[in-house]
Amino acid sequence: MTRGARLTEWVAMYVASIVAALVLASVIIEATGGDWWPVMEALVDGSIMAPGRWGETLGVAVPLLLVALGTVISAKAGLINIGQEGQLLIGAAFAVYFSFLIGGPGPLNLVIIMLFGALGGAVWASVAGLLRFWRGVPEVLSTLLLVTVSAQAIGYGLKQDWLLLAPGGDRGNRNQVSSQLADDNRIPRPDIFGNEFPITVYLALAMALMVAYVLARTVWGFRLRMLGHNARAAQRAGVSSTAYGASALAIGGAFAGLAGAAMFAGGGFSFGNFQLVPGFSDNIGWTGLLVALVARERALPAVVAAFVFAGLRTGAGFVNSTGVESRITDVVQGLLVLALLVPPAVIFLRDRRRARAAATERV
Amino acid sequence: MLIDFFSAVGDVLSSESTYINGALFAALLAFAATGEWVAEKSGTLNISVEAMLLSGAFAGALGYHFTDSVAVAIVFGAIGGLLISIVQAEMSHRLTADQFVVGLTLNILVFGLAGFLDREIDPQATFASKLEIPILVDIPLFGEALFGEPWPFYLLYGLVPFSWWLVFRTRWGLELRAAGENPQSADVSGIDVNRRRRQSIYYAGLTSGLGGAFFLFARLAAFDDSIIGGRGFIAIAAVIFGGWTLWGTMGGCILFAGALSFQLSLQGLGYELNAELLQALPFLVTIGAMAIFAKRVRPPAALARPFIRGLK
Repeated sequence: MTRGARLTEWVAMYVASIVAALVLASVIIEATGGDWWPVMEALVDGSIMAPGRWGETLGVAVPLLLVALGTVISAKAGLINIGQEGQLLIGAAFAVYFSFLIGGPGPLNLVIIMLFGALGGAVWASVAGLLRFWRGVPEVLSTLLLVTVSAQAIGYGLKQDWLLLAPGGDRGNRNQVSSQLADDNRIPRPDIFGNEFPITVYLALAMALMVAYVLARTVWGFRLRMLGHNARAAQRAGVSSTAYGASALAIGGAFAGLAGAAMFAGGGFSFGNFQLVPGFSDNIGWTGLLVALVARERALPAVVAAFVFAGLRTGAGFVNSTGVESRITDVVQGLLVLALLVPPAVIFLRDRRRARAAATERV
Repeated sequence: MLIDFFSAVGDVLSSESTYINGALFAALLAFAATGEWVAEKSGTLNISVEAMLLSGAFAGALGYHFTDSVAVAIVFGAIGGLLISIVQAEMSHRLTADQFVVGLTLNILVFGLAGFLDREIDPQATFASKLEIPILVDIPLFGEALFGEPWPFYLLYGLVPFSWWLVFRTRWGLELRAAGENPQSADVSGIDVNRRRRQSIYYAGLTSGLGGAFFLFARLAAFDDSIIGGRGFIAIAAVIFGGWTLWGTMGGCILFAGALSFQLSLQGLGYELNAELLQALPFLVTIGAMAIFAKRVRPPAALARPFIRGLK
């Protein structure tokens, strides 16, 4: 088949499955007595069209992209890390704790926040790595179970003033919040055309390019992919599955932790308003994981996916005004991911069938 | 502090409600874990068990809302679980999408969908009537927990031996285990590997759906999207903990249910232990148990490895 025909086939299948997902979501809305059109309109309005909204969406896309990039790295090594939500929380907690412990002038403190955020995520993911390579516990389950543990650990930390809880004067009448990050310690949020977003957007984009480059063009990335494709062959070629696997998990966690730190220092009103609060992670870890899955575990497509999913999130705020429960956006998200799994699988199976047909013809 | 702790443990262990709660949690886990055990025997690993449980609970609530009959609602629950398992099985073992990706997506989708429909429809549920087995129910401590439960509980006493019989004493079970141990050989001897795997996932969907509906009618009598709250994952851990034997799996269910019920009873008895630690306890116990036992057991050789003919 020609290249052009193949491309058309790909595009057509992707468009068809996205449309199918949206139609299904609309059917669900209609079946529960809502109107689908205003909901879709509200989603577009809330994510890009209304004033100031695309900046908001960019701000949400940053942690999503960072989480997704970490997931791409651990997935390339053939590991299934699904505990980003917890790694993000622990990263944010590390960032909060050390930024108030060490202090320091503005820019320096930002560096501390980012570094310790990444460290926190890496430490938490390494617990799963340790269990996996030392005790043989499947990382699918350990990373997942650690999410609940991390949420409880943060809840505990936010009740102890030697850990995360703000000293009395700072917290007003709320009981479980950390101190607020001082103005000059925050990530700058410049205003461009009436849209305000943190400059970590550029950091996240640079990270995406870097991850894509490292995985495609360096020895380390090559070995990682080798491990993911065929662990036994990689072992024979001298790639230690323990060293590479554990480091891939740790780096994946570090990205999630970095996302947590970026949310704390630059998230604004979308995320806890520069404070650590219970439920701080707010499903960003889960959604970031979905972003990586939709991008089929590649760094650059994750940039686009992160923006789309961030849009669904910021758009959800506008959906309530249409009288339809805003959780419909979770449904749209899930259906979209599920629909996007179909085209690559169908094409894979069809290519095999064609190849077999061609082979039998020749005999 | 330590003495406080031991007296608290003593109180919990001598309170009948600990065992009653424990039995409910154990039953929830056992419904799901039995099905997941069958599915894992065929070489699949379904993290969508969580979604199947939640879907079962919600479908159960819907069923009761529309028919006012717990029995019909339980059937609805099983169908609700089955629907999710069909999506999981078709996507991962017909279309060859990654089974973890599909499972994870289903978990998120069902969580959103159940939450959305719950707010839109707001189905009402009730407690299932209790069925007390005479004499046995009077045994101190354990009696009520094992023989005075809501009636769907007793389905378990049939389901578990039936699942064992299905896997070890039928031709279907033999083919299933062959698909889980050596799919290439199974394929060569004429077994449709992916078909057996799909069927085993349907089975997991049915039992998990039953479990979700059971839990709804036995414990809460009102649907809430946090009703399952990660316990589906604990059910999967129970299968691993049990070393892929049915009795070990049941042991895992009882152990993890013990941790869940311990947390609840301690609060019920008014002890002020660290609330966060207690909440995390079942998960910590699960992780700890897997850390100790995961290396000593042998999983089905092709567990979580997709089978595509011609590709190894």
